Amino acid sequence: MMPRLNALLGFYALLYGSFAAALDYQLQPREIAAGVYIFEGRQEHFTRHNGGNIVNTGFVITDAGVVVIDTGPSRLYGEQMRKAIATVTDQPPVQVFITHHHPDHFLGNQAFADVPICALPLTQKIIARDADALLDNMYRAAGAWMEGTEAVAPNCRAEAGKLTVGERRLSVLAVAGHSGDEASDLMVYDHRSGTLFAGDIVFHGRAATTPHANIQVWLQVLRDLERQQPQILVPGHGPTATDSRAIRETAAYLEWLDTTLREAAAAGLDMAEALELEIPERFKSLAVIDEEFERSVFHLFPAIDQEVLHGGAGNGTR
Amino acid sequence: MKPMLAALVLLASLGVPLLAVAADPLASPGWPIAQNRFLTGKTYVFDDRVQVIVPRDAEDSTAVPGFVRVQGIPDVQQIMVFAELNPIPMIVQFWPHRLEPNIGFRFKVQQATPVRAAALGADGIWYIGGAWVNAAGGGCSAPSIASADADWAERLGEVHSRIWNRGDEGRRLRLTVMHPMDTGLAAGIPKFYLEELVLVDDADKHLGRVEVHASVAENPTLTFDLRTGGSVRIQGADNNGNRMLGEVE
Repeated sequence: MMPRLNALLGFYALLYGSFAAALDYQLQPREIAAGVYIFEGRQEHFTRHNGGNIVNTGFVITDAGVVVIDTGPSRLYGEQMRKAIATVTDQPPVQVFITHHHPDHFLGNQAFADVPICALPLTQKIIARDADALLDNMYRAAGAWMEGTEAVAPNCRAEAGKLTVGERRLSVLAVAGHSGDEASDLMVYDHRSGTLFAGDIVFHGRAATTPHANIQVWLQVLRDLERQQPQILVPGHGPTATDSRAIRETAAYLEWLDTTLREAAAAGLDMAEALELEIPERFKSLAVIDEEFERSVFHLFPAIDQEVLHGGAGNGTR
Repeated sequence: MKPMLAALVLLASLGVPLLAVAADPLASPGWPIAQNRFLTGKTYVFDDRVQVIVPRDAEDSTAVPGFVRVQGIPDVQQIMVFAELNPIPMIVQFWPHRLEPNIGFRFKVQQATPVRAAALGADGIWYIGGAWVNAAGGGCSAPSIASADADWAERLGEVHSRIWNRGDEGRRLRLTVMHPMDTGLAAGIPKFYLEELVLVDDADKHLGRVEVHASVAENPTLTFDLRTGGSVRIQGADNNGNRMLGEVE
């Protein structure tokens, strides 16, 4: 009995020790263009291992301070991000942009409480309204990493258009499709380097998420983006892209998803049977594809199904 | 092997049905209770021919899709579908009669739970299949969307349905009934749910019947596979005595 108990205690001590020591996101700013940096997250789901660090955040240094794009999944992330920014510049943060209301993009806001945190009006509204639900989900998924995290709604209203910060010109773009029907997704473009922070409008090497998606609106935004072809594109998740591949990959997956679920419903499939649909070979290399496809069936199928059963009553996404 | 066999013989000699000692393939802590509640005095066996299709994770715990498919068990008399760790475990009880022994539905989950389907064969044995659904929870104690909508009563009981001719896979009926399906577990909102649906053909012949429980998701959406042709009438009733009717060709 005693040896077993000792072994058990030892195991817990080890677990606790490694856990306490591991609460470091190890954020390394990576310079992708002069004065433009990113923190690249992992291609995973939220877990107690990654603490929710599955997202890309970034910042742009100007001679009038640092502009931060998204603050990550937790207070701890925000704090460590701020420290990591200070390792490459003496400039203080002067403005934060939040791309949209999904929790991995804004729960680090507490670390930037002294700086204007700007988001589109709809994003401000949704964060203020759904703060508890958005938090609950992250606490459950990421555990101890979330300690002390509160949902801080952005306190500054972002307007689409150009702005000048120090010597740099930036553009704020208000688009939609990933997190809502209209003006729900914010992108930031740095003119000097030609870098677009695309938020979750673009996924790269990872299956897109669709909890509040309007696929048709989203696809139109992606078509426009492909024409404009920014020199450097920072997706919300996955590696930075210097060509249109990430844009086309996101669009191809969303098109397949929408068409497949519509065809399934039109053929009389039950929602649970849609879970069994085969994912084509060309999407199988996308990270977390099985999980995201299953989630997308939840997000998209009921509205499509209603249209089919109500004879095109028109409350779907098309 | 030998001691195991001896134990089985011993149990059999004590009058414990042999089949009941089969271990739960889903290793659920709720199985002994579910077994007590739904299968007391019944002979049952775990069998993969009873397929339960559910997602691994309940992304929306207020409407989780499920489909039960029974293949290769002749003359299925009845199918019970239950999620044993739910506060309202029973989801649907289905008497397929002249329908295929398949049923699609959506249900609420309060926490991670196995979802089981028990199909009663003509031989009097219950054949049981199942799968786990992982869930963050809260689906059963959440108020219905309708309960927050002043206009819900205008659409209460509306039936929308459609039949597909699916070639080799036969005819399929899918339907949805507008109903809040309040579980009584959300504070201040009484239990109010669709209880029963009966399907009848155009010659008034009974096709099948399903008892719906409050754990079924708001606006119950169900799938049935037909064996017969012609139009189908849908007759429903809820626990407040409201009747609903639909017809589909």
